[in-house]
Amino acid sequence: MAAAGGRAAWVAALSALLLAGCSARDRGWRTTDISGIMPPLKFTLTDSKTGGVVNAHDFRGKVVLLYFGYTHCPDVCPTTLADLAAALRELGARARDVRVLFVSVDPARDSAAVLKEYAAAFGPEVIGLRGDSEELHRLTRRYRVTYGYGRPDAHGDYEVSHSSAVYVFDTRGEVRLLARPTDRPADLAHDLGRLIAEG
Amino acid sequence: MTSMLAFLAPWEFSPTVLLACLGAGALYLRGAARLRRDGRPVGAWRGIAFFAGLTLAYLVLQTHYDYLAQHVFWVHRLQHLILHHLAPLLIVLATPHEVLGAGLPERLRERVLRPLWFSAPVRAVYRTLQQPWIASALFVGLIYFWLIPDIHLYAMLSVPLYNLMNWGMLVDGLLFWWLIVDPRPVAAYGTPGHVTRIAMLWLVMLPQIALGAYIALSTHDLYTVYGLCGRPWPISPLTDQQIGGLITWIPAAMMSVVGGLIVLRLWVRAGAGAGRRWGGVRREVCGA
Repeated sequence: MAAAGGRAAWVAALSALLLAGCSARDRGWRTTDISGIMPPLKFTLTDSKTGGVVNAHDFRGKVVLLYFGYTHCPDVCPTTLADLAAALRELGARARDVRVLFVSVDPARDSAAVLKEYAAAFGPEVIGLRGDSEELHRLTRRYRVTYGYGRPDAHGDYEVSHSSAVYVFDTRGEVRLLARPTDRPADLAHDLGRLIAEG
Repeated sequence: MTSMLAFLAPWEFSPTVLLACLGAGALYLRGAARLRRDGRPVGAWRGIAFFAGLTLAYLVLQTHYDYLAQHVFWVHRLQHLILHHLAPLLIVLATPHEVLGAGLPERLRERVLRPLWFSAPVRAVYRTLQQPWIASALFVGLIYFWLIPDIHLYAMLSVPLYNLMNWGMLVDGLLFWWLIVDPRPVAAYGTPGHVTRIAMLWLVMLPQIALGAYIALSTHDLYTVYGLCGRPWPISPLTDQQIGGLITWIPAAMMSVVGGLIVLRLWVRAGAGAGRRWGGVRREVCGA
């Protein structure tokens, strides 16, 4: 089983290489195709809205966008979340099949209440998730992302260095696409529409 | 102290790296002990070079250094400077093949490995890869290949590709630097001539300078994967890229100079050997 999984990962990785050699957009995706080169969605975190523990199974049947950030983020996070919200608006009613998981990498400042309110501002599909450092560590490591904290200033404010990628998973929890902050919402909406249609 | 120990723990444990390093170290010690018993002791500096190279490769692959290399471009470039240049050069400087061979169980060596090593397909592949021009093209080609931004993105996201990239660098480094520092006589073993070796070093140095300078002087973020996946501390992408470019440019190119000095030394030694022989002949002539 593990060997078969390893082999599948190799095949996916090498075909990704070949694709990168030609063009990653050959298959008609407008964001970056990363099918199969990362493991399927898996996590255990706390939903800031309900306070309950959620895991990847709870989102089966939805197209999931996974994004790491923090509510004190001055520019990247609000811009990215606004772009995601714009893409969801383009999808119209189909947006109900999409969930945006906004995972805080600054749980010290992002209390459940703060995170809940922040996420809700971008739309009902956006869910703020928190975790302890162990849970956060497992998830960020799984998707080869990281974060770090700058030195606090006189007011105790500090910069957080974090990822800007949005990972997109299909309804079965398999990794499919990577959206960059530079991708246009219309292009993301196009790709999300295709994933929703796949079912 | 505990944080130091935590840093030395593997970030992504790889049994392959652990077994390869432990196996090579054990074989070397066993081989050195056997050669000493046979009255052919191995010089201490060879052991030091071998273990320094092996330890460096292990450290950059199997400690939290690798975590930093996955997320900071310049740390990644330093990792490859060690994996592709410094560690393999130290390892082959020790000319460890005899010692490692002596460390192998005799049966395994004589019945399995030696026939395998001298079998036609293995020889054909090795001879082809070790043609001086092919080896040089491969050495530079690998650096360029993994630094194509789209390829680099996939290599940093995919665990198997990341491991393939790093292993490829180390294996290719061993092959290339062995051609450069192989001390066996040119005529008897078909090793590249000294002029050829210096030409190879020049040939690989210039494209590394060009690529390093291009990266260091670039005014836009070429390797977006580090921003996409986040950096472990706030460092500006361009600063990160400039340092990474400088590492690809200067120390990597300097390794060609170091290699050139080693070749010159081998050359002088070969010449001195020949000179002694000629001197002897002259003396005989004079004596007659």
